[in-house]
Amino acid sequence: MNGIHDMGGMDGFGPVVREQNEPVFHAGWEGRVYAIASLATGLVPFSADEFRHAIERTPPERYLASSYYERWLAAVETLLVERGVVTREEILAKEDGAIDPALIANPVATHGPAPVKEKTASKPPRARFAKGARVRARNLNPSGHTRLPRYVRGKAGVIERDWGVFVFPDTNAHHAGAKPQHCYSVAFDARELWGKPVNSRERVYLDLWEDYLEPIASNAKRQATRHRTERRSGGR
Amino acid sequence: MSGDHHNTDDTGPAARVKALEALLTEKGLIDPAAIDAIVDIYETRVGPRNGARVVAKAWTDPEYRKRLLANATSAVAELGFAGPEGNHLVAVENTDRVHNLVVCTLCSCYPWPVLGLPPVWYKSFAYRSRAVSDPRGVLKDFGLELAPEVEVRVWDSSAEIRYLVIPERPKGTERMSEDELAAIVTRDSMVGVAKIAAPASRRGDSRRARG
Repeated sequence: MNGIHDMGGMDGFGPVVREQNEPVFHAGWEGRVYAIASLATGLVPFSADEFRHAIERTPPERYLASSYYERWLAAVETLLVERGVVTREEILAKEDGAIDPALIANPVATHGPAPVKEKTASKPPRARFAKGARVRARNLNPSGHTRLPRYVRGKAGVIERDWGVFVFPDTNAHHAGAKPQHCYSVAFDARELWGKPVNSRERVYLDLWEDYLEPIASNAKRQATRHRTERRSGGR
Repeated sequence: MSGDHHNTDDTGPAARVKALEALLTEKGLIDPAAIDAIVDIYETRVGPRNGARVVAKAWTDPEYRKRLLANATSAVAELGFAGPEGNHLVAVENTDRVHNLVVCTLCSCYPWPVLGLPPVWYKSFAYRSRAVSDPRGVLKDFGLELAPEVEVRVWDSSAEIRYLVIPERPKGTERMSEDELAAIVTRDSMVGVAKIAAPASRRGDSRRARG
């Protein structure tokens, strides 16, 4: 989804401010919600993809107004309620009117691919791209979960490394299949991403699943394709 | 707006978490002792000291450095560090010509077993938004100015790979032991937003170095 969480390349958030002698947790509840979320992973259960998507579904205005662990809290409540482990009413009864009911597990709906029954995995898929291959990040705009950031869509890069086979988050987050496939480190020249004025000695590396990528034909291949096309049209 | 405020009163998230914990405990789904244990692990055992041990060993043991660069997950496991967000670790090395910087623009992915849980600045909207589009500017926010000829490599943790930066070993540390070296390796240097100062100039900076 093209959500507020997809922040790469945005302006306006100001300088990065570093806290001196920062504690691991700034309040007791932060540690406890971290631990509850960790335990709930096995309890509900849910995948990291589902959990990330639950955070992304936080309405943008609330996402921006919440701290990191407040977003975790909303996500874990959401998944516990959606999956029927607890109800909103039960949480509200326990809170004893202390907080605004509108905040409790009231997420926007998810719009990913439809759930499917998992098939057992066949043999691991072969890699479509080799190191050094030129690729383009597809211009995909799925309404569900994705790990293809907006700032890289449509941009050309080079396969740096094949990390091996990983579960595909875009389907896995929605119980629409694990769809295991190769995930690659892809290097993008910063000027390709942000335009010419950028220092030429900057590159951004993203880890991208095969379904996010399309090949860019090499010159030789392109010429061969054109040749074939011309011959075909010439013969008509 | 930073989104980094911390609400500690009883009407905000603290009350919600308390309610949730009470409810899950009452239903027999969660044991509060398990929560205590997890909090304790991240407050006292898992943190940047682990990563510092990895870096100090890589600095002093060339064979280990090779193994770390070839397969960080197994090299880190040699020192006993593993766990959630640490199943696919990759180490990248800073030199005088290449500077690596790690970010997660989509959420806040971070190599927990070696660095612990991420600091607020790593999770901040300012860092997540600008680290990819203006890495040199972000580094200036941390007081680090890179020469224009230094190559910057930004690693956006968009999948399950988690990155550990091996910072440059500062000059003047040749005689230091692995333990002494581990003590000067900072969390920020292992994310790539800081260098480690040479021991002579480190004194005035000791507070920052401890972070």
